Amino acid sequence: MNQLPQNRYDFVLLFEVKDGNPNGDPDAGNLPRLDAETGHGLVTDVCLKRKIRNFVGLTQGDAAPYEIYVKEKAVLNRQHERAYQALGVDLGADEGKRKGGDKVDDARRWMCQNFFDVRTFGAVMSTGVNCGQVRGPVQLTFARSISPIVALEHSITRMAVATEAEAEKQGGDNRTMGRKHTVPYGLYRAHGFVSAHLAQQTGFSEKDLELLWQALSQMFDHDHSAARGEMATRGLYVFKHVGTDTDPDQRKQQAMLGCAPAHKLFDLIRVEPKDTGRPPREFGDYAVSAPPAGPLPAFPGVELMILVP
Amino acid sequence: MKDICLKVFGDYACFTRPEMKVERVSYDIITPSAARAIFEAILWKPAIRWRVTKIEVLKPIRWISVRRNEVGAVASVRTAQTAMQAGRGDLGLYIEEERQQRAGLFLREVAYRLHARCEPTDRKGEQESPDKFLAMFHRRATNGQCFNQPYLGCREFAAHFEPVTNLDAAMADEPPITETRDLGWMLHDIDFANGIQPKFFRAHMQQGVIRVPEWNSEGVKG
Repeated sequence: MNQLPQNRYDFVLLFEVKDGNPNGDPDAGNLPRLDAETGHGLVTDVCLKRKIRNFVGLTQGDAAPYEIYVKEKAVLNRQHERAYQALGVDLGADEGKRKGGDKVDDARRWMCQNFFDVRTFGAVMSTGVNCGQVRGPVQLTFARSISPIVALEHSITRMAVATEAEAEKQGGDNRTMGRKHTVPYGLYRAHGFVSAHLAQQTGFSEKDLELLWQALSQMFDHDHSAARGEMATRGLYVFKHVGTDTDPDQRKQQAMLGCAPAHKLFDLIRVEPKDTGRPPREFGDYAVSAPPAGPLPAFPGVELMILVP
Repeated sequence: MKDICLKVFGDYACFTRPEMKVERVSYDIITPSAARAIFEAILWKPAIRWRVTKIEVLKPIRWISVRRNEVGAVASVRTAQTAMQAGRGDLGLYIEEERQQRAGLFLREVAYRLHARCEPTDRKGEQESPDKFLAMFHRRATNGQCFNQPYLGCREFAAHFEPVTNLDAAMADEPPITETRDLGWMLHDIDFANGIQPKFFRAHMQQGVIRVPEWNSEGVKG
């Protein structure tokens, strides 16, 4: 059986966009999301989760145990009818109270075993009684740009029309105008958390964790489109809590609960524009400072892994 | 017994009003129910129950509106069971077919000092003293340890936390906002013992401080 993670992780994800729209705002005519008060760009948690799902669907062939529950049509062939292997859920081995098994619990566990996104992010399964929920171990926050961004609007033309009626209206000219919004450059920062305890509950394994890191590092490489421009992961800093206690049991508990507050760890990764006098236009315009990979002297029991420097 | 005090803060928060949950609108401040969940994310056992007694609002109440594409369906247990038994089935949920665009009115840049009491339940062991749980809680909060990262209403709005050991110093350093306002009827918590019934209370903010009435008191209505 695949090992379940025994450590808590907190991570910082840096990604950039060049002449593209990282996340359109449906409330603002698909303009890049903007914090109107400060001018910083935003990318929602669900937008990032969508990309992780797509990456896993793409690389793992969308087959059990890496099926993706919440699908986007673009990434799969709708006609597939999946064959699932009913995994013998061994209830006898479980602690007493669940014995005999509630059918909903069985179904929930089975969903976790088959679907990567259910055991990673969780899902709500209706039961009619109490809204049986799967709370996944991975928690992501909104990403926010380091500097204020500007959203540019470009008018574009198209040399064809969609309908006869439109063509007639234009007297055969057949040209329409469209709009495209881009951010010339934006470096965004998102925070994430992996709870070792919730991983035990959904069966999110070490192998799944590896896949998550890979997805975070490479997901933008498989998400190119006309709207996105050039997007890339520019930094993935993972804080692994390992514990310090000499007693192995205590250390194990420490590693799962964590050894330092997440916000203090996040403060160690500093990203600043080198020259505030002019707008940043490339990654090189920012200075990223992070402690060297390995154990952190200031926070005993925490190790920094730099997966994307 | 002395209340335990925890400072929590974060970039965004959404304590959804139950009457406006399709297009989520947050309450003005954290609800006792969401505050309890933060304590539970740090330490909880069946032997104890957290009761929030006081909420101090440390930053002005500010808003942000965000519209997101969401999924309008929940996973069906029956379909999952059928597929599980038959060994085949199309289970995926296609977001384009179940699309809902929902706006949310969230709070931004929030910080609270939460005061709570740790009460024993009837599942408490004979030998267990409340002091043990308080010490455990304090140790975890100091070290930033938690069962899962606590959140401010929704999981995408992570909460950061630190214990407040010297309340007087904290008060001087970061006093509550000087605002007095009637916040109206607000969710107190859900009564899980009696068929998942919500209970409400009248929230008054006095100079940035909201006193939360006792769960069984007169002011809490189901």
